[in-house]
Amino acid sequence: MLDGYEAVIGLEVHAELLTASKIFCGCSARFGAPPNTNVCPVCLGMPGVLPVLNRRVVEFAIRAGLATGCTIAEHSRFARKNYFYPDLSKGYQISMYEQPLCVGGGLDVVVEGVARRIGLTRIHMEEDTGKNIHDAHAAGSLVDFNRGGVPLLEIVSEPDMRSPAEAGAYLRALRSILQYLEICDGNMEEGSFRCDANCSVRRIGDRTLGTKVEIKNMNSFRNVERAVDFELARQVQALQQGEALHQETRLWDPDRSETRSMRSKESAHDYRYFPEPDLRPLVVDAAWVDAVRAALPELPPARRQRFEAAHGLSAYDADVLTQRKDVADYFEAMVAAGAGAKDAANWITTELLRIVREQKLDDALVIREWPIAPTRLAALARLVEGGTINRNTAKGLLPRLLGTDVDPAALVAAEGLAQVSDRDALDRAVRDVLARHPEQVEQFRSGKEKVLGFLVGQVMKTTGGKANPQVVQQLLRAALSS
Amino acid sequence: MALTLDEVRQVAALARLRLEPDEETRLTADLDHILDAFTRLAALDTTGVEPTAHVDPESAPLRDDAVTNPEAPDALFEGAPARSGRLFRVPRIIE
Ligand SMILES: [Zn+2]
Repeated sequence: MLDGYEAVIGLEVHAELLTASKIFCGCSARFGAPPNTNVCPVCLGMPGVLPVLNRRVVEFAIRAGLATGCTIAEHSRFARKNYFYPDLSKGYQISMYEQPLCVGGGLDVVVEGVARRIGLTRIHMEEDTGKNIHDAHAAGSLVDFNRGGVPLLEIVSEPDMRSPAEAGAYLRALRSILQYLEICDGNMEEGSFRCDANCSVRRIGDRTLGTKVEIKNMNSFRNVERAVDFELARQVQALQQGEALHQETRLWDPDRSETRSMRSKESAHDYRYFPEPDLRPLVVDAAWVDAVRAALPELPPARRQRFEAAHGLSAYDADVLTQRKDVADYFEAMVAAGAGAKDAANWITTELLRIVREQKLDDALVIREWPIAPTRLAALARLVEGGTINRNTAKGLLPRLLGTDVDPAALVAAEGLAQVSDRDALDRAVRDVLARHPEQVEQFRSGKEKVLGFLVGQVMKTTGGKANPQVVQQLLRAALSS
Repeated sequence: MALTLDEVRQVAALARLRLEPDEETRLTADLDHILDAFTRLAALDTTGVEPTAHVDPESAPLRDDAVTNPEAPDALFEGAPARSGRLFRVPRIIE
């Protein structure tokens, strides 16, 4: 694909943690508050104040580390990353450098049926920056520090990915795990799950890495894949034309579908890291790690395997249903309420998730409000499985059940929607239809099988859509061959 | 050590310090002197000595995840050199 070259991709993810308060002060970490309301002398970087670490941030980082197979360091340490930018109140960001909390580990991804393990370099804690607001009318830029000091996990992968699709699969798997752990809502559009990509290319067979380019400004999985794809092709083309690549940061422009160089003077980063003197080293003992491990939920890979083994689902259905914990929970609630596993999977993937998307009910970590309770959707599915109504009637009823607590069986009974399986009644309808369409009957008898569909449709019409289509087909075939 | 004038200029640029030419020369000599002292320290054999991350060996104290700060009072913004309501105003940033 890359003309004798191989792609080398590593991803750096910043995940905003769902804590109540900020990482080093007691300000609210809530998103969307009026500008500069959730700030204090600590997160505004005023002199003489001291940071105090939020225990839950450490717990969330341990959770993420354990779920991805990292080793949790007993001793870790915060560092100052020094740079000047208006969204950084202190002139440095408190981060981790030489001694991160989590090291090693990895994630398994499957792309086009091929399983690969993507290694993790490290996971560490740090504080988020403020937000610059560019107001065309204002004489200058404006800064809001509500987000400054909100806890982040930086999750750094090894340069193990070999295609844009693998990068996308890694990101989806990682986000899914963070959502299961309930530590990050994973919203790329709102910036609570952000990704930078390091890309280079090398001749297939080469062991040394090519010149690395960092890509920023991608706010969806699709854009990450597109940006990486573009960048790899650009690098191969440059090398083929004998141009030298240089290490730089490039911005993805989704409108023009290209990356372009950030002509930043400080492209050679020199952050002059040093140990943060305001914070003592962090000690995480084995008892703490064990307690966090004991409370971990069942994670997507394990749940996927269980869905395949215990419920007989296809790998595809199991994957779709387990990407989000709330969807997987919904499926299990439907099965517990008596729906068949395959039917439940169909209802969820073809109908329910479409409604959720259309009504935009999935804007956060969880689908806060299901349009219909799992027990009610299970009841609807059972009416079809039991032959009381046909699938089309059920689909037609679904919109009327949304947002209500109406029992589907009661609705079917009240409106006389139960399907007609009474052979005598149907037989009369069949004979009537055949009598009215002699031309189609002739066509069928001369071998035009397709006409049967038309005739079934006519019988359904005369029965108000309530006939059992399988029975109608049987009766039609019997009548036509007699 | 032999710190160069260019290295001093680069560090000054990173720290956003505007130095006059005579300050650059003086600081090059001063910093060189300081680095020399570290070179002498570096000659000590510290094999088997635990690195000192902090003078206090106790683990960092941790706080509970609770919102304890009230909404920021107006007084917090009074010292800002320039602002627009509650927003801090800075020279235009070109990204
Ligand atoms: Zn604060």
